[in-house]
Amino acid sequence: MSVAGIIFNIQRFSVNDGPGIRTTVFLKGCPLSCWWCHNPEGRAQGIVKINGNTIGQSITPEKLLKILLKDRVFYEESGGGVTFSGGEPLAQPEFLSEILSLCRQAGIHTTVDTTGYADQAIFKDMLPITDLWLYDLKLMDPVQHLKYTEVSNYEILANLEYLMKNQAQVIIRIPLIPGITATQVNIEQLITYLDKFDPKPEVNLLPYHKIAIGKYQKFNITDRMIGVEELSKEETDRYAAQFENSYFMVQIGG
Amino acid sequence: MNERIIQLRKQSTSAKPSISPERALLLTEFYKYPEARQVSIPVKRALAFKYILEHKIICINPGELIVGERGPEPQATPTYPEICVHSLDDLKILNDRKKIPFASDQKTRKAFADTIIPFWSGNTIRDQIFQAVPEEWKEAYSAGVFTEFMEQRPPGHTVLDDKIYKKGMAGFIIDIDHELKNLDFFNDPHAAGKKEQLTAMKIAANAIILFANRHADKLTKLAEKEIDEKRKRELKQMAANCRHVPAKAPRTFWEALQYYWFVHVGVITEVNPWDSFNPGRLDQHLFPFYEKEIKSGKLTKEKAKELLMSFWVKFNNHPAPPKIGITAKESNTYTDFALINLGGVRADGSDAVNDLTYLILDVIEEMRLLQPSSMVQVSKKNPDQYLKRFLRIIKTGYGQPSVFNTDAIIQEMLRVGKSIEDARNGGASGCVETGAFGKEAYILTGYFNIPKVLEITLRNGTDPRTGKVIGIKTGDPEKFKTFDELMSAFEKQLNHFIKIKIKGNNIIDLIYAQHMPVPFLSILINDCIKKGKDYHDGGARYNTSYIQGVGLGSITDELAALKYHVFEHKNIAMKGMLEALDRNFEDFDEFRKKLLDETPKYGNDNDYADEITQQVFEIYFRAIDGRPTARGGKHRINLLPTTCHVYFGSVIGAMPDGRKAGLPLSEGISPVQGADRNGPTAVIKSASKIDHIRTGGTLLNQKFTPSFMETESGIMGVLHLIRSYFKLDGHHIQFNVVTAETLKKAKKHPENYRDLIVRVAGYSDYFVDLTEELQDEIIRRTEQN
Repeated sequence: MSVAGIIFNIQRFSVNDGPGIRTTVFLKGCPLSCWWCHNPEGRAQGIVKINGNTIGQSITPEKLLKILLKDRVFYEESGGGVTFSGGEPLAQPEFLSEILSLCRQAGIHTTVDTTGYADQAIFKDMLPITDLWLYDLKLMDPVQHLKYTEVSNYEILANLEYLMKNQAQVIIRIPLIPGITATQVNIEQLITYLDKFDPKPEVNLLPYHKIAIGKYQKFNITDRMIGVEELSKEETDRYAAQFENSYFMVQIGG
Repeated sequence: MNERIIQLRKQSTSAKPSISPERALLLTEFYKYPEARQVSIPVKRALAFKYILEHKIICINPGELIVGERGPEPQATPTYPEICVHSLDDLKILNDRKKIPFASDQKTRKAFADTIIPFWSGNTIRDQIFQAVPEEWKEAYSAGVFTEFMEQRPPGHTVLDDKIYKKGMAGFIIDIDHELKNLDFFNDPHAAGKKEQLTAMKIAANAIILFANRHADKLTKLAEKEIDEKRKRELKQMAANCRHVPAKAPRTFWEALQYYWFVHVGVITEVNPWDSFNPGRLDQHLFPFYEKEIKSGKLTKEKAKELLMSFWVKFNNHPAPPKIGITAKESNTYTDFALINLGGVRADGSDAVNDLTYLILDVIEEMRLLQPSSMVQVSKKNPDQYLKRFLRIIKTGYGQPSVFNTDAIIQEMLRVGKSIEDARNGGASGCVETGAFGKEAYILTGYFNIPKVLEITLRNGTDPRTGKVIGIKTGDPEKFKTFDELMSAFEKQLNHFIKIKIKGNNIIDLIYAQHMPVPFLSILINDCIKKGKDYHDGGARYNTSYIQGVGLGSITDELAALKYHVFEHKNIAMKGMLEALDRNFEDFDEFRKKLLDETPKYGNDNDYADEITQQVFEIYFRAIDGRPTARGGKHRINLLPTTCHVYFGSVIGAMPDGRKAGLPLSEGISPVQGADRNGPTAVIKSASKIDHIRTGGTLLNQKFTPSFMETESGIMGVLHLIRSYFKLDGHHIQFNVVTAETLKKAKKHPENYRDLIVRVAGYSDYFVDLTEELQDEIIRRTEQN
């Protein structure tokens, strides 16, 4: 008996959520509430109606697989596959586990884009059926982390260490939010923390863009980023250089 | 781009296209000589060609390195009154029209009024065609069921191979003499006819040598007068080049380019066929010269680039001859469709990309001219580096090069019996047409309006626009119980009109074969010399006639709407649907919205819709493929529109896909504007469900914003999109990188731009779904690019 999942978008031809051409599935519901969230409409669990728009749909793993298989030729040609993002995909573990297994059986590369905030047991379950993890790291300071995401970073760091210990393929994704994550102190703390891993994970830096403003307006969600400007290219490059100087593979965007 | 090229480019792009009466006057003069009436038609045509080349003004532009103009100066465009004589009204329309005008001055109009029109009026190929075709053909033609390419311009649609780089015209004359000597008047009843054809070819070959020598004379004179030492040396060298080619095989890169250019001017002076002429696989043909001279140090990369750029300007100096009426509507452009091919594979099947391929791509990127068009052939054997290089040109929004699948093109040619070497040495020309270069006459005969056939089927044979019965009675659609009944009526109606079109084609083929031979072009295409047969009469090794289907996306969505809403879900009866169409959806707004938003549509990887696409494809294929032509070849299909989807749409009323009366149809095999909502991979999946290998070309357009290809991952995404489409045997794809202007329109009229995807950093969305603020931001960013 399969468990239906709640998703709020399927995006074909994604080229920035892992290698190659991918289909990204956005699972609904997220335990975090980041100030800069790009998909605020996907935070709440379950299907919701906001301002007359229905957000979310229920779908079985089998039905989802059928949609995902449509672009198989593109995955194979480009070394791509499927990415589960959100929301927080690990917040629907039964559904995620089933669809990951189905993809694995079909020979499709799988990526999970996670906040890292979930029970370690869930990571353990997903580990053998996930080819690549896109792992978000935001703030090293626990107090700051709590303030800007509404959860502690204790579990997030512990889970990352668990994945690394088990030789999972991990790419670290760091959103560069001006004045919040994109501070000299935070970047240095992140480098110091990530430096201990061997091998060193690849790092993607994701500069803040004001692209979600419209969504906040459309769905009538309080936007806590008003007045925050985008990072200049020079600043972004400077942070990238800092990681490179510590011998990390760095990519801006991802 | 150096100063010389900047000046040449400026001269070419700033000159206004105008009508030149020079050719028409020389031709008329020649036709009035008694000797013109005493010789056979092929010989007369050859002598006319010679007369023009003997007497026309020799134009050498300041600073140019490659010489030869069709008219007395750049952009001065001759007419071809033996094919179609322009009336004074035509000249006025051409002069005054806003789009694609051709200026004509008082002197030109007087020449037309006094000499050209009186001599040719009533005696043109166009007159012959309209007298010869049956009434039913004329009715269907006027209704906009199909167009006719040959009513104003002769067939051509062909491309050169590498033969001129190995043999001079003197060599071709030896070949002709050999065939003349071997004519067997006792056993071969066609020997006398062959003698005339071969004699004509020989006259034409000598004529082009004479033309080159006239250039050499003028260049020598210019060199004597020139005070700048450097230019003096150049002019002397150019004179020497023109003495050597086209008479003898070229020895240098420069001579090779000059030889081709004389041949090009020859072909477009003889009759300027459709698609003008085309050097084809330029990077392959020139590479031996390039490699040798680079190695020996006689040529530098910079000099080669400068020569190529001067060569590029020559194409741009030559707009397509002026078109009028329906022909202007189906192909309203100055482009004369010389489509230079790059990349692909060699005759032995190996990767053909070489250093010159990259150098020519640099030239294309820097020149940014309307002509020549350029395309890249992509084989699975070509390296990714090559794809990345041309994608960097595409992303600048220049619309060139377009991208073709070599491996599919080869299969298409093998299917119809061409040899593997001829297939590998071939490519695509014009818009997307497959052909064996240097060996095939592959002629576009006209566009075919597939949705119009459905419109007529839905009115049981009557064209609702005029109320005339032009089709056959295929049954009252209100009485159809199943979708299959409708499809079978549609197929019968389509077969009826295809039959009419093919009958017309066979008549027109014969008119050209008998009355308008092209001895000069015949020298250039195998096996005309060997067969002693003209290019228009089946002299080529392979002879193909295409009928180009238009509106595949539209017809799919129209049929899908009927199937879904009328036959399956019974949301509306056929009677109601027809009423909605008759009233152009007036008072049917809600219903129209349903048709637009709640119907399976082509371009979404939706099997419900795509199965209908396949059905229509099969019907169209069955109706045409393999039917014999008067030239001894076969009819084949391809799916491309040029600008005909706009004209065809203008003659069709409202249709069941929600399209209102008079609006354009979908183009090529692209989805209806705004109907595809699942992104490019879904479009490609839909487009590859038809069997491209059984066509002679299909055209798929994709839109992108420049920002999408800003990042490496974006470039790689598009690269893999191409590779995947080609793995699925897709024939062609081109990327329309949208401009800020388009985005502004999309903001204003979102309903027409539903399919426009834009990328903002690591996030993409439908442009029309973005908030105004974000739309403006993207518009600004696009403007900056």
